[in-house]
Amino acid sequence: MTSIPAPGGKKLGLVIDLDTCVGCHACAVNCKEWNTSGHTAPLTDFHPYEAQQDGVWLNRVHTYEAGTGTESRTVHFPRSCLHCEEPACVTVCPTGASYKRAEDGIVLVNADICIGCKLCSWACPYGAREFDQDQGVMRKCTLCVDRIYNENIVEEERVPACVKACPAHARHFGDLGDATSEVSLLVAARGGYDLMPEMGYKPVNKYLPPRRHAAPAAPARPAEPPPTGTAGGLLRWIDRALSR
Amino acid sequence: MTDAASGRTSGFTRPVERIDPSPPVSDSVKPTTCYMCACRCGIRVHLQDGRIRYIEGNPDHPVNRGVICAKGSAGIMQHYSPARLSKPLLRVGERGAGDFKEIEWEEALSLATEWLGRIRATEPRKLALFTGRDQSQSFTGWWAKQFGTPNFAAHGGFCSVNMAAAGLYSIAGSFWEFGEPDWERTKYLLMFGVAEDHDSNPIKIGLAKLKGRGAKFVSVNPVKTGYSAIADEFVGIRPGTDGLFVLALVHELLRADRIDLDFLVRYTNAAWLVIHAPGTERDGLFARDDKGRPLAWDRTTGAAIDAATPGMAPQVVGEVRLADGTAAYPVFHKLAERYLDGAYAPEAVATRCGVSAESIRRIAAEIADVAFDQAIELDQPWTDTAGRTHPKMLGRPVAMHAMRGISAHSNGFHTCRAIHLLQMLLGAVDTPGSWRYKSPFPKPIPGGPPPAGKGAKPDTMLGGMPLGSPRGPEDLLIEADGGAVRIDKAFTWDAPMALHGMMHTVIANAHAGDPYKIDTLFMYMANMAWNSSMNPGEAARMLADKDPATGAYRIPHVIYSDAYSSEMVAYADLVFPDTTYLERWDCVSLLDRPIGSPEGPADSIRQPILPPDRDVRPFQDVLVELGARLKLPGFVTETGAPTYKSYADYIVNHQRRPGVGPLAGFRGADGSADGVGAPNPDQLQRYVANGAFWSYHHPPEALYYKHANAAYLADAKRLGLIDSTDQIVLQLYSEPLQKFRLAAEGFGPVQPPESHRARIRQYFDPLPIWYVPFEQAAVSQAAYPLHAITQRPMAMYHSWHSQNAWLRQIYGDNRLYMNRATAHALGIADDDWVWAISRTGRVKARVRLMEGVNPDTVWTWNAIGKRRGAWNLSADAPESRKGFLLNHVISEFLPPEDGLRHANADPVTGQAAWYDLRVRVEKADAREETDPHPVAIGRPPGQKRPPGILRYAASLPPASSSSGAE
Repeated sequence: MTSIPAPGGKKLGLVIDLDTCVGCHACAVNCKEWNTSGHTAPLTDFHPYEAQQDGVWLNRVHTYEAGTGTESRTVHFPRSCLHCEEPACVTVCPTGASYKRAEDGIVLVNADICIGCKLCSWACPYGAREFDQDQGVMRKCTLCVDRIYNENIVEEERVPACVKACPAHARHFGDLGDATSEVSLLVAARGGYDLMPEMGYKPVNKYLPPRRHAAPAAPARPAEPPPTGTAGGLLRWIDRALSR
Repeated sequence: MTDAASGRTSGFTRPVERIDPSPPVSDSVKPTTCYMCACRCGIRVHLQDGRIRYIEGNPDHPVNRGVICAKGSAGIMQHYSPARLSKPLLRVGERGAGDFKEIEWEEALSLATEWLGRIRATEPRKLALFTGRDQSQSFTGWWAKQFGTPNFAAHGGFCSVNMAAAGLYSIAGSFWEFGEPDWERTKYLLMFGVAEDHDSNPIKIGLAKLKGRGAKFVSVNPVKTGYSAIADEFVGIRPGTDGLFVLALVHELLRADRIDLDFLVRYTNAAWLVIHAPGTERDGLFARDDKGRPLAWDRTTGAAIDAATPGMAPQVVGEVRLADGTAAYPVFHKLAERYLDGAYAPEAVATRCGVSAESIRRIAAEIADVAFDQAIELDQPWTDTAGRTHPKMLGRPVAMHAMRGISAHSNGFHTCRAIHLLQMLLGAVDTPGSWRYKSPFPKPIPGGPPPAGKGAKPDTMLGGMPLGSPRGPEDLLIEADGGAVRIDKAFTWDAPMALHGMMHTVIANAHAGDPYKIDTLFMYMANMAWNSSMNPGEAARMLADKDPATGAYRIPHVIYSDAYSSEMVAYADLVFPDTTYLERWDCVSLLDRPIGSPEGPADSIRQPILPPDRDVRPFQDVLVELGARLKLPGFVTETGAPTYKSYADYIVNHQRRPGVGPLAGFRGADGSADGVGAPNPDQLQRYVANGAFWSYHHPPEALYYKHANAAYLADAKRLGLIDSTDQIVLQLYSEPLQKFRLAAEGFGPVQPPESHRARIRQYFDPLPIWYVPFEQAAVSQAAYPLHAITQRPMAMYHSWHSQNAWLRQIYGDNRLYMNRATAHALGIADDDWVWAISRTGRVKARVRLMEGVNPDTVWTWNAIGKRRGAWNLSADAPESRKGFLLNHVISEFLPPEDGLRHANADPVTGQAAWYDLRVRVEKADAREETDPHPVAIGRPPGQKRPPGILRYAASLPPASSSSGAE
């Protein structure tokens, strides 16, 4: 049993915009690319050129439909660790390998003391952890802990790889513990929500729902009735004053 | 309890993870241009210990502005792919078996020189050089010209030529990747049939901007995936009916008089007079003055005068009489008369389109509302080509975009013309908020010189480039005896406006010796034995077919260049192994498919990030070498020495015209000239220093109305983008089309054969038309009740990526997607195995039922299915067990009609009509494997069995990153 540190003020996390996510997997593959040579290296791939190809990913995009018929919606849903404030994956860890940082709220796995028991992945209701059976350790999103404070990277690019890569601007990174941060304001403005809040894990990451486009205004000018007269209505243009 | 800071727990010490928050990212970083698809984003490649650490988007790059897609991020796996070829190969077994021996480059180049030299000295057209997704077509086309063969093209004939031709002949630019919505200002975007075809990152960036501003995004598409999934309104149209839908919108706008006549008379040919003299050689042509200038009727003077006269008061409807008494009508009269007809009323088209009349009327009203009642004005004075300065720029903030779903139908050319007609009627071409040209467009109509190729002679280069833009029948490539000049029959009466050639007919025609036999088929980066052919089984059979009389292959020689062991490799006699995109110099040229933006021209380079670790060479270097060995003009100096040491040398020093070369940036001896200037020996280094690209911004007064904007046209001419500063008048009515039609009616020196007269007469309508796609019209609706189309997954590009270790984890096989209600009516449940049966064959697949698809449409992801043995995938790989190609049931020909077998193609451009496919779906046995699967092909020599586990990390030594699974 590993305890959670006293909550700090800083809650780093992601805000994911389901209004513009087109399901392109850019975030997932760029995450894989950064992290396979990064803090969690390697992210193993099994049977990479054979059947049952599968590997360790810290971020995956799921696509499903909601509703039926013409009202159905195609939803692209990126899924990664939500860096919960009350992370069950941490409290179940028998070795202390799974832990939440007090200073910024990032949930991490210390691979050196992870014994690969998988209790954490059973405890996580979001399916956000992936076990590397080759390395014998649990892997998960680190919020690119080796990017976001990295002084070798220019300041504006010190964001998780998935956020930098996203072509649809559907991923935002910041401090959700600061009500005045850009991400907090975005969540407030767009009605950002928690996944499965009833579970009580208090996820830090938020999802923004699709924007509802206002119903079309009645056309400002109703379509004119079919013109009458000769030449199929062309004559209404005969005296139109035009200048080239 | 844990004290987080100390890690102490009740007296025990918990190890605290040491994390370096600031590790070095890499040893070095180099900018280059991505080649994981046609988007051509700027990337930065990080290297660590000589291996690729990370590929990221270049924030300064005009195409992607720092973002990168799944494909681009998976470039590491593409570069280190075990499917890479490693040495030149010479076939030792039968074609198609994949039996090769490795040979040295000298032997490979000598052999090719021998074959090609013999051809050039006797009959140069016996070389057919066709390249696929080549991004160096201005070079490969120029090579073909110097060789003297007209038989050159790339893959545009089955990709996008309908879009290109329709746009270039109508609005002097095109959708494709050569124009874009004004993402910053558009209030309403109507997108037709787009699924990650081209311009993928810019479209994603743009859609996010547009939605963030609250603009409305309407997607017209049979399938609700990708972009369509985030549309504010999804119009689940029946495939192939977009043109009808658009012409109903046109009908509604005309009926309600919600059109921009001021724009039309000033910037289009709406007021130009069309001669009405049925049964004469002048009928349907523009009335012109003695200098050849089109005429319009001036209401002030009551006379037909030069239509370009500033300030004239043009008449737009009604018959007028020309000086010689001939009747004529303004273009607008003819189009209004046509589209006001009840045949285009929403009620008349609704059922065929699968879109309610109410929706069509509402969308027309919304478009009109945004264009006219929500018009925008920029406080930006500009001067038109008549010298008039306008204090503001008026914008019609309705934008359109369209691509493959329009292009790959046999009515695609006219459908695309219909969309351009709609844009023009709204005054929404290159105005603030509307669709905008990307540089170097607009170009004068038609967009270039006619195609060259007639009179090809031994040891002689062609008089011009093999591909071009015909102005009328006189520009067709037809011999005096009526035979086709080109092996693919592009620019014949089969496909008069085949601007991109017809790669999809080359193998069949070469096999049949029709119009003539060739000697060598030379291809690059085109997987014609598999996913790049309609009916790949037949393509493979023809490539390997022998003449029983002689025992010789019907296509005597096949040379192929590819970086990977694609399905096509097995059908080559000689294989030139190409490098990956990270091992070469390249240019993305303004002479070719540039990366310009609405703000101005841009081009870019690739630089070698890593040296090849195999005995491979960039294909373009091979062409430079062959050009020199063959002593082609341009490739050798007067003394016979090679003109260029390498492709990089060509990029810097080649001049297509004085001062104009492959790269437009950093020209002149000191690198200070934009566009036109002497070669600069340091040019490539300047590009590298600038992030591997160059871009130029036109001044603000030049950014809209480019077709008639004096500042823009002057700037574009100065930069060498166009030759004239004359206004480019947009063409509602297309006179070149009418010229072809007049030929069909029996006028002029070049006329179609009797077999083609009716067809040319019908489809060369100078105004957009809609017709039922050919295959649909030819087959029984009861027997083949469903449309079958493909979509490109966002994380993959053609066949390259279904062997990529990361991307194939995302899409490793493909289902046949069906509308749930349609499937239930057929007794088909989710996960059932079914046959999709077309008029020519059947393919077995597993279904996935869904809601968001037109009820009469089935679809799948393209190019995931692979042939067993290819691409160094294992024999049990799902790509060749559960993946499939719809191509297997698409025929390259239409059913015979009156003894004539037309290509399954658009009759105007010859574009392959692979979205016209009709099928029925029947339950199949439950054996869990797709069908057909041709026999496996062998692994080329030198290719090793790939690892069973991949532990890729740049920081780890390569040995630990793989463990072979023999």
